[in-house]
Amino acid sequence: MEDSPNISRLRARLGGKILDSHAFRGDDTIVVAREELREIFRFLKEDPELDLSFLTDITAVDYLGRKTPRFEVVYHLYSLKAGHRLRVKVPVPQEDPTVDSLVPLWKGANWLEREVWDMFGIRFHGHPDLRRVLLYEEFEGHPLRKDYPVNQRQPLVAERELAGTFVDQRSDNKLLQLQQKLTAKR
Amino acid sequence: MKADLKELPVETMDLQMGPSHPATHGTIKFDLKLEGEKILACDVAVGFLHRGFAKMCEQATWTQVIPYTDRLNYVSPLINNVGYALAVEKLLGVETPPRCQFIRVIMSELSRITDHLTCCGMAASELGAITVGFYLVEARELLIRIIEAVTGARLTISYTRIGGVKHDLPEDFGEQVAKAFGKTRRLIADCDRLLSRNRIFIDRMSGTGTISRELALSYGLTGPVLRSTGVSYDVRKAQPYLVYGQLDFEIPLGARGDNYDRFICRMLEIDQSMRIVEQALAKMPVGPVLLDDPRVVLPEKEKVYNSIEGLMHHFKIIMEGIHVPAGEVYFPVEGGNGELGFYIVSDGGGRPYRVRVRPPCFIAMSAFHEMIRGAMVADIIPTFGMINMIGGECDR
Repeated sequence: MEDSPNISRLRARLGGKILDSHAFRGDDTIVVAREELREIFRFLKEDPELDLSFLTDITAVDYLGRKTPRFEVVYHLYSLKAGHRLRVKVPVPQEDPTVDSLVPLWKGANWLEREVWDMFGIRFHGHPDLRRVLLYEEFEGHPLRKDYPVNQRQPLVAERELAGTFVDQRSDNKLLQLQQKLTAKR
Repeated sequence: MKADLKELPVETMDLQMGPSHPATHGTIKFDLKLEGEKILACDVAVGFLHRGFAKMCEQATWTQVIPYTDRLNYVSPLINNVGYALAVEKLLGVETPPRCQFIRVIMSELSRITDHLTCCGMAASELGAITVGFYLVEARELLIRIIEAVTGARLTISYTRIGGVKHDLPEDFGEQVAKAFGKTRRLIADCDRLLSRNRIFIDRMSGTGTISRELALSYGLTGPVLRSTGVSYDVRKAQPYLVYGQLDFEIPLGARGDNYDRFICRMLEIDQSMRIVEQALAKMPVGPVLLDDPRVVLPEKEKVYNSIEGLMHHFKIIMEGIHVPAGEVYFPVEGGNGELGFYIVSDGGGRPYRVRVRPPCFIAMSAFHEMIRGAMVADIIPTFGMINMIGGECDR
């Protein structure tokens, strides 16, 4: 397939670092290796000609049984000045699902990477605060993986102990009485 | 005298605001670290309305996803419908008839107006201006009635189809819109008189929830929150989709990036959206509203009930889903809160392999702690109100 002008420009600049590329339906896409991820994104962000300084989105796709490596982390970049977009895909193997975090480059990567961790179980090196974001900490598994059954049930979780929480110990505390009654029954 | 005063010991207090707080319309929790009334740090917890949108989409056929998209941003569901349909059409490589494109623009803009009216009205009433809340909800009601007359539902509309829209506009649509817009303009002018020189309102909005242009760009904010900092980025102008390129409208910009600018941006955008609808109504051609492509579109009921070919065709599309070529596309539209993007991956079958929504308000909430750091607890209310977090879209 013929390369679009942006991809040929990228090929000239990045050369062998681009593993694959396509421009299906006009969406410029490149595939790069995860080892050089941060340098490539720094180049894309800071190169004045490309000016891909706006991080639109980070997500992932699980190609279980269809592709090896299994996962692809997908980044969408946009240039506010030139008005073009670029999709960057990074293959991530199942055995070691980690990539470098882009939080040093874009603050907005923080929650987007947390969501990818939450939904796909892909870890981000150098992320300042990699917790789940949409689901709760006690959730078991990563639901957007293809091997997570759609009707999977989650176990009930215990009440979280919160340090410094005010507990009402008065005798007319109905909730406390109820809890005591329940524990006595057990 | 001052030297005699002893330094009072200051203790930081942890406060959980939410998940069900009467002043935050939406289920969200703020874990605050306070020093008196001052916010030292804020950790935002979202996800209370998470219902596995992406996972559900992977089980449904391409057409069955449309009702799920209604429930993303439920104050402007038509924009979600249109965004998803456009993304699938891009993957299919088809283009809808001109009349359908105009209808989609008109319906998107009506939705945008209801979105902004809800946001501004609720934000104002949370600050005590309940009258404004009622006035703007009245205006919204007029528009929702029009939407109901077209689509048959107020919220769960599922109006678009892949390759077009469900059916044409009613005959008296133009008159209804003109009547509703006249009243909406009067109501907005009333609200303007109530608010624009209102000391309490301005004191609470102006200079609160400020974010700098650099930070806003670094966080990837879009929509009125980004435009309030003076960055002119609107998908309708930057990458015109549908027939936005043929219509004349402006993008209102703020300068200071505070809540007041966001409010003004939204109010001015309502004006621009009404202009777009009026132009589109004048320019709209006659013609079909659905693509004539048997691979994509269901056959007419006449054929389904009276011929075996029609019945088989109908059955095939319903049971197997339309076949979308393998590949991936990203399609952004301008939602009420910013860039609403659909990234969809197809494996060539009748069901989506992956549907990802780029939710504008999820990304705006990720910058929330920056907007209110060092501010007062009371500043959370207008800041959160002007982001207009919609649980359905943020938590998916």
